[in-house]
Amino acid sequence: MTDTETKSIGYYLRTHIREYGMVVALVAILAFFQVLTDGIMLKPVNLTNLFLQNSYIIIMAVGMLLVIVGGNIDLSVGSVVGFIGALAAVMIVNWDLPTVLVVPVCLIAGAIIGAAQGYWVAYWRIPSFIVTLAGMLVFKGLTLALLGGASVGPFPDSFQAMSSGFIPDFFGGLIEGRFNVFSMTLGVVLAALLPILGLRSRAKQEKFAAVEEPMAVFVIKHAVAGIAILFVTYLLSTYRGLPNILVIMAVLIAIFTFITNSTTLGRRIYALGGNEKAAKLSGINTKRLTFFTFANMGMLAALAGLVFAARLNTATPKAGLAFELDVIAAVFIGGASMSGGVGKVIGAVVGALIMGVMNNGMSIIGVGIDWQQVIKGLVLLAAVILDVYNKNKA
Amino acid sequence: MDTILEMKNITKTFPGVKALDDVSLKVERGEIHALCGENGAGKSTLMKVLSGVYPHGTYEGDILYDGGVQEFKDIRDSEERGIIIIHQELALVPLLSIAENIFLGNEISENGVINWPATFARTGELLSKVGLKENPATLVTNIGVGKQQLVEIAKALSKKVKLLILDEPTASLQENDSQKLLDLLLEFKAQGITSILISHKLNEINRVADRITVIRDGKAISTLDARGGNITEDHIVKDMVGRDMAHRYPERTPSIGSGKLMEVRNWSATHPLHPERKVVDNVSIDVAAGEVVGIAGLMGAGRTELAMSIFGQSYGTDISGEVLINGTPVDVSTVEKAIASGLAYVTEDRKEMGLILEESITTNITLANLPGVSENGVLNDGAERSVAEEYREKINIRTPNVAQKVMNLSGGNQQKVVLSKWLFAAPEVLILDEPTRGIDVGAKYEIYTIINQLAADGKGVIMISSEMPELLGMCDRIYVMNEGEIKGQLAAKDASQEAIMRMILKG
Repeated sequence: MTDTETKSIGYYLRTHIREYGMVVALVAILAFFQVLTDGIMLKPVNLTNLFLQNSYIIIMAVGMLLVIVGGNIDLSVGSVVGFIGALAAVMIVNWDLPTVLVVPVCLIAGAIIGAAQGYWVAYWRIPSFIVTLAGMLVFKGLTLALLGGASVGPFPDSFQAMSSGFIPDFFGGLIEGRFNVFSMTLGVVLAALLPILGLRSRAKQEKFAAVEEPMAVFVIKHAVAGIAILFVTYLLSTYRGLPNILVIMAVLIAIFTFITNSTTLGRRIYALGGNEKAAKLSGINTKRLTFFTFANMGMLAALAGLVFAARLNTATPKAGLAFELDVIAAVFIGGASMSGGVGKVIGAVVGALIMGVMNNGMSIIGVGIDWQQVIKGLVLLAAVILDVYNKNKA
Repeated sequence: MDTILEMKNITKTFPGVKALDDVSLKVERGEIHALCGENGAGKSTLMKVLSGVYPHGTYEGDILYDGGVQEFKDIRDSEERGIIIIHQELALVPLLSIAENIFLGNEISENGVINWPATFARTGELLSKVGLKENPATLVTNIGVGKQQLVEIAKALSKKVKLLILDEPTASLQENDSQKLLDLLLEFKAQGITSILISHKLNEINRVADRITVIRDGKAISTLDARGGNITEDHIVKDMVGRDMAHRYPERTPSIGSGKLMEVRNWSATHPLHPERKVVDNVSIDVAAGEVVGIAGLMGAGRTELAMSIFGQSYGTDISGEVLINGTPVDVSTVEKAIASGLAYVTEDRKEMGLILEESITTNITLANLPGVSENGVLNDGAERSVAEEYREKINIRTPNVAQKVMNLSGGNQQKVVLSKWLFAAPEVLILDEPTRGIDVGAKYEIYTIINQLAADGKGVIMISSEMPELLGMCDRIYVMNEGEIKGQLAAKDASQEAIMRMILKG
């Protein structure tokens, strides 16, 4: 390796320290609890639980990232989770409607809720903090009204499968015992696909101009990601296979990573958050974009509501309580900027996982809920202080 | 007569720009001393040095005031010594009352508890001194700009002022409010208060000033004694603008198309907050293919407002008028439509309104024409990079890498990124608002070269600039704008700075 190459790798890592630092932090925290819990942390059953417990936070963090990058905030998502769960319960349990009908209706209802709030933010320029604070109260109240103050449940299996089901082993019988070959195959395919896609996009870029990311970084990044995917799918396969919800999440993450990195829509949202006036004067319809981010957030909150209700197998008036705080914290730990324009989907996901791993690990080693809150709060503060420090140093 | 203030050999540099170069200024006790110069000449910088906005140590030279060398650390420091500056943009809190504003930061209080009766009584006295008949409890937002200016002065008086500095105090005032304010200055003079008056309006200066110092390009050019009444406006104007113009502008042989590429007819726009103020008043202008047309005027003349209201109604309300491209009326009611009609507008404030500082050069360049680097809404990374590389080469953006964040570039290179953005959007007509503000001479030359190239390619260029030599050096035709109206136009060969100044001042 030549001298200029190593220099450029160092430069590249320094300028992208935030992105890679988060992943390193997640791995370090995982290792820390793996030791502290005597290996319980990475037991297949615990890993499965980890994904199930955090799925709804991750789903919403993806949507919240767009809202925050656009320069706004949505405080209502926790209440929307509760409200949609209640709506689903009333429709399925009380009215006996089929799941296949209820799910799309709930998603649309969520999108409408988000759109209704986004309308005031985008077209009336009412601060999103106020609009969604109002939404938080309204939907908390409507949840209570809908449920009549009591829990409604249980749900039929078809609905529960969304959150507690697993991808069946279509290759069952290939290996005796409890090893899900199909899940493992999916993992292998994904681990192979990512570097292939990455190489193709590099090749495409190279046709026009030199690629910014050094090859060494590319190789290491994909090697680490590949090993992580294989490792996790292997562990999950030895238990019951890939949870359905993990597949839903993976698809969502893929879609939104694509939107934010590779589409004009994503680019415009970053521009809007980075400098609204400049975006407007560049011919970007900033109002419509803001509106879209909220409608999208509403729909994802609805999905999270369905997942959460399915997981609890009941809709309770307390569902979704304070979820918005976890979601917002995940996005900021993941490196998004309060003033908008900065943040990555994968960062928000890693942020949510860091929070989830800490919750899970601390519970296993018996740290009380009181101290868990304290520690999580300090981690959030530390992550943002680190951001500001890096920025001032640059 | 003794000297109250002497600023000796003041030099102040900003990164890449020498804003003040060895400036000396002597003000005598009890006089009204006028400071004249073009926009950007360094008048405001000099006053900021004096008042401690730029603290001791950030400039070279000495300030002798009231008998000793002063080393002001901040505004509070200079205020304590009786130097009060009233800025061009008023520093009042609109939703507080007159009394609260006057004593803001200087409250009449005991142990932090405000003594309201004393505050109101004292405000009443101060208001009568400046001749303002308003209730001290009235909110500042409910009184006009002229009266707000008087509140600022009352605020200054509350602080035992010895040296009052007014930065373009009449810029936003109506004629009779201006007269009142000038009378007040004369009254203060009678009471022994010294004033420094920064102004563009030569008739006002001639009326009240005892002496006049002219600043040009960061240097003090001359100090004139106006007490004899023998200083003509022409003399001042000459000192203000006379500079070497050779070789500052690239050669160009205009080839101007026949007919009008763009025409704006009877364009009017109203201030968004003050519906009674017409900021752009029945303006008609046009530009031909291959032509560079200038719009001259002072700050606040309505030039930026004209440009922004045309460009997708980005400024103002009650906009009326017509825009025609090649003789056909076009819809410019949103920025999107304006761009689609072939317009581009390069903003005067590139950091606030032109660039996304946190983003890369590439992202900024493609922002106004994302469809040009995408297919079905999916961006083509490679195409984007190659567009950025193309412009980096073509207009010489100095950067190691087009992935560089724009905030790390110098002013001149940032401006080139903004220009690239609009060149990539392939407009027919470009409106450039102060395209060379805050960038150094070398980069200016490069920007001028780009502008000439655009004209040579058959684009129409409208150039708004407060630097008259720039307009004279670059334009084929110059419109002169003042108070929202076009006061006239001059062909390049008939235009001179004096002629433009006269056209502005006569209105």
